[in-house]
Amino acid sequence: MKQTIVSPSPHLHSSLSTRSLMRDVIIALAPAMIVSVLFYGWRALMLLAVCTATCVLAEWFITKFMLKRPDTVGDLSAVVTGILLALNIPPASPWWLAVVGSIVAIGIAKMTFGGLGQNIFNPALVGRVFLLVSFPVLMTDWALPGGSWNLFGPSVDAYSGATPLGIAKEGLLNGMTLPEIFAQHPEFTWKEMFYIKAGGSTGEISALALIIGFTYLVCRRVIKVTIPLTIVATVAVITAIFSAVNPDVYTGPLFNIFNGGLLLGAIFMATDYVTSPMTTKGQIIFAVGIGIITVAIRYFGSYPEGVSFAILIMNCTVPLLNKYCKPARFGKEVKNG
Amino acid sequence: MKLKTFKMGGVHPDDSKISSGAAIEELPLPQTAYISMAQHLGAPAVPAVQKGDSVKVGQLIATAGGFVSAVIRSPFSGTVKAVEPRADLAGNMVPHIIIDVEGDEWLPEIDRTPDIRREITATPGEILAKIQDAGVVGLGGAAFPTHVKLAPPKGKTAECLILNGTECEPFLTSDDRIMRERPEEIILGAVIMMKALGVDKCYVGIEENKPEAIAAMKGAAAGYAGVKVVPLRKKYPQGGEKQLIDAIIRRRVPSMGLPIDTGAVVQNVGTSLAVYEAVQKNKPLIDNTITVTGKCLGSQRNFKTRVGCTYAQLLEAAGGAPENAAKFISGGPMMGKAIVNLEAATQKATSALLVLTEEETLRKPESNCIRCGKCADACPMGLQPFLLSKYARAGKHQDELEEEKVFDCIECGCCLYTCPANIPLLDVIRPAKAEVIKIMRSRPKQ
Repeated sequence: MKQTIVSPSPHLHSSLSTRSLMRDVIIALAPAMIVSVLFYGWRALMLLAVCTATCVLAEWFITKFMLKRPDTVGDLSAVVTGILLALNIPPASPWWLAVVGSIVAIGIAKMTFGGLGQNIFNPALVGRVFLLVSFPVLMTDWALPGGSWNLFGPSVDAYSGATPLGIAKEGLLNGMTLPEIFAQHPEFTWKEMFYIKAGGSTGEISALALIIGFTYLVCRRVIKVTIPLTIVATVAVITAIFSAVNPDVYTGPLFNIFNGGLLLGAIFMATDYVTSPMTTKGQIIFAVGIGIITVAIRYFGSYPEGVSFAILIMNCTVPLLNKYCKPARFGKEVKNG
Repeated sequence: MKLKTFKMGGVHPDDSKISSGAAIEELPLPQTAYISMAQHLGAPAVPAVQKGDSVKVGQLIATAGGFVSAVIRSPFSGTVKAVEPRADLAGNMVPHIIIDVEGDEWLPEIDRTPDIRREITATPGEILAKIQDAGVVGLGGAAFPTHVKLAPPKGKTAECLILNGTECEPFLTSDDRIMRERPEEIILGAVIMMKALGVDKCYVGIEENKPEAIAAMKGAAAGYAGVKVVPLRKKYPQGGEKQLIDAIIRRRVPSMGLPIDTGAVVQNVGTSLAVYEAVQKNKPLIDNTITVTGKCLGSQRNFKTRVGCTYAQLLEAAGGAPENAAKFISGGPMMGKAIVNLEAATQKATSALLVLTEEETLRKPESNCIRCGKCADACPMGLQPFLLSKYARAGKHQDELEEEKVFDCIECGCCLYTCPANIPLLDVIRPAKAEVIKIMRSRPKQ
């Protein structure tokens, strides 16, 4: 008889693979990428290309020549990191900033820990925060649409503005009240912020595009709604209470949900498998923590935006949450004598 | 109406029921038959015949090796050629009774007419005795002796009978076919078991992908009080006892407990048919329906097969294996066993011979765990397979494995099936579970 395969059951495997999951994330990011390219033009395209290429090359180089292992770029996780980093930096960023951020993201945050699955912190966020603290001026240079089409130089002819979160924070620091600040900025309506908004990181312009991506990920069962919804709900509840108590100083729920990186972070960064808890209970604690820290930084911190820090801080708690938050076991609740 | 199903975990493999259209046909008698002494859970049977003895169909050829064991009656008439060890499907040497088949002469007390005997005269005690004497075992896969299962241990009482017609494994269609072709006999088997257990309720769980079987069984059950057909949403492993009880009566078997702790006794529909034949027709369990299937095969078949034919004979009857056949499986693709030796004999609880190509069954190379938690979501027992496999691979973590309830694992394979990183989760958990259970059993009882 000819040789046959003998192995333990099961004898079938689902079509799921790391690559297919990452491909779904890339598809889910497509609306945000398209809107950013339409809005910021070639600059956004350049950032996406540079970040993705650098991330992939960095991973390939490190696995091949430093770790001397088979390369893992085929799993597409480096592509996801590259796209997320590009969407998380200002559209006016010069190309070398994108390169530095990508090398930090892959080289330091991912590969030094042992590659995909081993990292504690979300690589793209580490890249972004590294750039934010190292190049604070460039990283808060918010070009408004219609700005630079100059691809590789600094954004010389860009009209630099500020994000709504930044404007609110600066106004408050200068002793203004929120109603006064909003009176000066009639463009801060939530509808505008929802569809398309000016200012902010490349990927933050359209909440709608991000929500379309979210819907896709949930329908394809790549992510569950737990983390994003809990983060948004936490932010909504806290800001609703604060803004009701003192509307002069504390911004409200809609302003906080649709501004800054909250949706981008909640949908695409906080749901990263590797750096988020594995059980529902753990995920809820993790997401509530992100919501609280985000609002705390926005209200009381010196940065106008706090989503990145909030996610990175809660990333640290994941091993602990995984250890103590166990799933409900079958048949545990029934006790027979 | 939303169909019932079990709540925790589960996966949705393509059901591939490509043989469901093939009516049951009789497999021709072989020239030589091989009857294994280890074809049920518990102690092996003890041969009661010797070389040279002539036997008739239905004659006792092996006695039970203990209380949890079953007798074996001859599926063939002929002469005992040898009583000796022979390789089973995995290649292990197991005692077999080898019979040279001559003619087809049955014991006279067996009712071979197709008439349905509806009147149940046997008392509960007589029913159990008849089932035991007929060598009936569970045909759902585990082959647990049925007379033991129908006699709940002291202090436990049965409240209902659940018939398992879910056939949740992809490819398998033998239960589907018997439910379509012999529904009333299956229901009668259930009524007999209800009488033996002293219960007045019976639920027949059938997955929605078998509409003809649901219709046939509903029609047959209409005439019998207390018997209710429950269509179920398709989800694997719905045929697991614990999952089926959860799906139908919403009670959960406690960890380390038995199904009877929920008041339910679960029997496969094939077992029910065997019970009917044993009690009403004096026919022992000597044959069963075996699906021969595979996308690469030329024909899809369901054979009524006498116990003790070879897998090779089944394959031959279905037109043989094509060039690209790479894996032969006894049972379904999720929990079936890979066959090493196609000359091995089929047993009472053999449900299928499945043939897969290398492409269909290929295990892709393993990559890093991405901590997606999909294995834990898929686990119908609420375990964390990634954690269990990590402990199992590290070795010497029996305490942690016990704390994580590795003994609750039902080895359904959902974790391995679903893992995007292709980590062989169940492969490493299975031996660790066996090890932990051995350690737990070796402890003095409190």
